[in-house]
Amino acid sequence: MDKRDWLVHPSYLFPDYQSTILRAPKRELLPIKANLSERTGPVFGLDSISPLDNDLTKNGCVNGEPLGERIVVSGRVLDQFGQPIRHTLIEIWQANAAGRYVHKVDQHAAPLDPNFVGGGRTLTDEEGRYKFYTIKPGAYPWGNHHNAWRPNHIHFSLFGPQIATRLVTQMYFPGDPLLQYDPIYKGAPEKNREAMISKFTLDLTEPNFALGYEFDIILRGSHANPFGI
Amino acid sequence: MIELLQTPSQTVGPYFAYGLVPKQYGYNHTNIITGSLVDENSAGEHIQIIGQVLDGEGVAIPDAMIELWQPDIKAIGRFGTGTDEQNRFIFNTIKPQSFEGQAPHISVVVMMRGLLVHAFTRLYFSDETEANAQDEVLRSVPEERRATLIAQRGELGGKTVYTFDIHMQGDNETVFFDV
Repeated sequence: MDKRDWLVHPSYLFPDYQSTILRAPKRELLPIKANLSERTGPVFGLDSISPLDNDLTKNGCVNGEPLGERIVVSGRVLDQFGQPIRHTLIEIWQANAAGRYVHKVDQHAAPLDPNFVGGGRTLTDEEGRYKFYTIKPGAYPWGNHHNAWRPNHIHFSLFGPQIATRLVTQMYFPGDPLLQYDPIYKGAPEKNREAMISKFTLDLTEPNFALGYEFDIILRGSHANPFGI
Repeated sequence: MIELLQTPSQTVGPYFAYGLVPKQYGYNHTNIITGSLVDENSAGEHIQIIGQVLDGEGVAIPDAMIELWQPDIKAIGRFGTGTDEQNRFIFNTIKPQSFEGQAPHISVVVMMRGLLVHAFTRLYFSDETEANAQDEVLRSVPEERRATLIAQRGELGGKTVYTFDIHMQGDNETVFFDV
């Protein structure tokens, strides 16, 4: 497995994002000899996924439907050589349409939605494809600097075939004017930052129902074994 | 052969709990990965792994999330530091067997608000002195930093507990690997 490409991943220390200052490791990462421990990873079966797990418009309903703009988010999980990553777990979480998380620590004075939790999961199919139904998340303020706002985003967590391929990222939306001010987004080098912005597409848009956004995710692959196992 | 660029990493942020560890935090969402890597009936020496994640000022971080991957039993665990009064992570597992000629160990993934890229480390066991001395990965670590990777065996309420604090910075900064 190739290393994480440090030309596309953020550095640990990125002072514009203030929380990195006391939390970023300061010493160089040490090389580790390739062996099976980090070259294996968890496997999740279909039995770990419930039918509504990928539908956030339904999995939190209590007495109605969530408010906001329904969207479809779909794409493929591939390795860096274009090979599909099959049957891998994707977990997502996000704010509601008003920009409020159900998390108890979130004190933003925007309303909670009794019919929206904002958590989902799915497994990719044979072609590495996944699909979620959800509500477009709202922007929200945060305390990083004066008048700081997070752009609309959905958090994504993926395992891939090995613990080494683990990736946590965020999906953004095209044309969001907040991206240019966001130190988390801009913590990723310019080289491949835009890969985190989904694409609006009519191909995924479902008539009279939901707008479609395409978001492909590229995990590490192996130059030594570019065609997978 | 095409080659694509890897999707950049981003922080897990402060609000991961209801998506990734909902049961631990008491949210109404199903759960598939917990702090228990095994169940009570699993064969082996049952142990707990407990620790804090400390920032550059030595403060225990309340919004970190730790994952343990135990390759000998192919088990994954996940625990957030926001539900314990002392901001500890608490895992239940069995002590690993030696794996591929390495000393018994567990792979550790460290995530938190303020960490734009997760950090990889390893947890070894203080009562495996001989195996640790032979372990190729441990031996590759400068001697004065090896202790940061070794969980200390103790006992708490009749249970075997290994204490493993993760220091993000400072004199005892934990060794993180470029996995």
